Amino acid sequence: MAFAFLNNVAIRGISACVPRHIEENASLPIFSPDEIERVIAQTGIERKHTVEQGTTVVDLCAHAFEQLLHELQWDRMSIDALILVSSAGDYITPPSSNVLHGILNLPETCLCFDIRQGCPGWIIGLEVAGSLVTTHNFRRVILLCGDSATLMKSPLDKESRPLFGDAGTATALEYDTEASPIELEHGSRGKEYHTIFAKAGGLRYPTTPSDLEFRTDDDNMTYRAIDSHMKGMDVFSFALATAPKSVQSLMNQFHIGMDTIDYFIFHQANQYLNEKIRKKLKIDSSKVPYSLRNFGNTGSATIPLTIVSQCRERYSTDTINTIACAFGVGLAWGSAHFITHHIVCPEVIFYDSL
Amino acid sequence: MDLQEFVQHFAEQFDETDASIFTPQTKFHDLEEWSSLIGLSVIGMVDEEYDVALKGNDVKGSVTIEDLYNIVKSRI
Repeated sequence: MAFAFLNNVAIRGISACVPRHIEENASLPIFSPDEIERVIAQTGIERKHTVEQGTTVVDLCAHAFEQLLHELQWDRMSIDALILVSSAGDYITPPSSNVLHGILNLPETCLCFDIRQGCPGWIIGLEVAGSLVTTHNFRRVILLCGDSATLMKSPLDKESRPLFGDAGTATALEYDTEASPIELEHGSRGKEYHTIFAKAGGLRYPTTPSDLEFRTDDDNMTYRAIDSHMKGMDVFSFALATAPKSVQSLMNQFHIGMDTIDYFIFHQANQYLNEKIRKKLKIDSSKVPYSLRNFGNTGSATIPLTIVSQCRERYSTDTINTIACAFGVGLAWGSAHFITHHIVCPEVIFYDSL
Repeated sequence: MDLQEFVQHFAEQFDETDASIFTPQTKFHDLEEWSSLIGLSVIGMVDEEYDVALKGNDVKGSVTIEDLYNIVKSRI
């Protein structure tokens, strides 16, 4: 079990940006009215904000960054590192964080790198960004987390299409000797990597013309070899087995009482699964906010997006004790415990495509 | 672990299919209402009631409800 704690790292602010364009699940052409009614009832997802052609997570994260920097009144010259967590880049090379570094006019003294991750990504990013800050070598670090997942999925995939939306977020970390420690737990199950899988388009299977053709698999799902496809039942089973255990072991390891936690922020997979996880941990529903109804599953953006869209007033005005937990692609999972004081937490902003 | 009780729990995952038609021999993939969403409900039910983690292939590979019962029983 990988546990970690990070001293002297304060979360100063969180922002989120989604495309203005909305895709209503009730209007999806791939479902009959009866089918979609059931899908919405079980997943809890009614609509998603989705990117229009030409927009990627880089655009969404750039806007989230600018808004956060403005609200924090931080000088961009003071940013020591920029990390982007996302499932895919704008280009095969270079990393998107370097592209963003140019767009955002960051100083040449800034370290940039990408972490290629999806759903569990914010927890992993917090670990890595916090590890830079705790050394005091990097005083201010911006962690960008997001996905334009709709660009990676088949529009005909009945399992993925109603679930995934797009979003970009920014989380600001700063060195602070008064900060409460951030405590984390991580895990991976690499043998199950093909559970959420896009086979073609990387170096192992470079794209061939046939990879662009839609095929229907044994489970009656239609997608191309370049599309990210998930085996729904296996992901569900994995999450049910690992997420509650991760939260429980974090609480045991660091002696965290259930009563001391104000919010448990879970990765927004689907309501049916998330409610199972909540009930297994016997957490009161008032402590578990959801953003999935209007945003769906936005990959590594779901935890910051849920904080910003559902609880921004309390995070802005109070000291909040949080446990966050995410799970998915890898397969991998992680949980984090952190205490924030009056963070900058502006309203979700909308991206208008040009 | 009781087979009749398992069949009953299995039947409870369906909204429109009449509970009385479910028997240990029911070939559940052939039911009109069967879907991957109900597959998730079944995995959730087995986790909750029996504390057993079923995988997708356990559900896909089972023909009858009793087949699935036998997998769950072997892992308790």
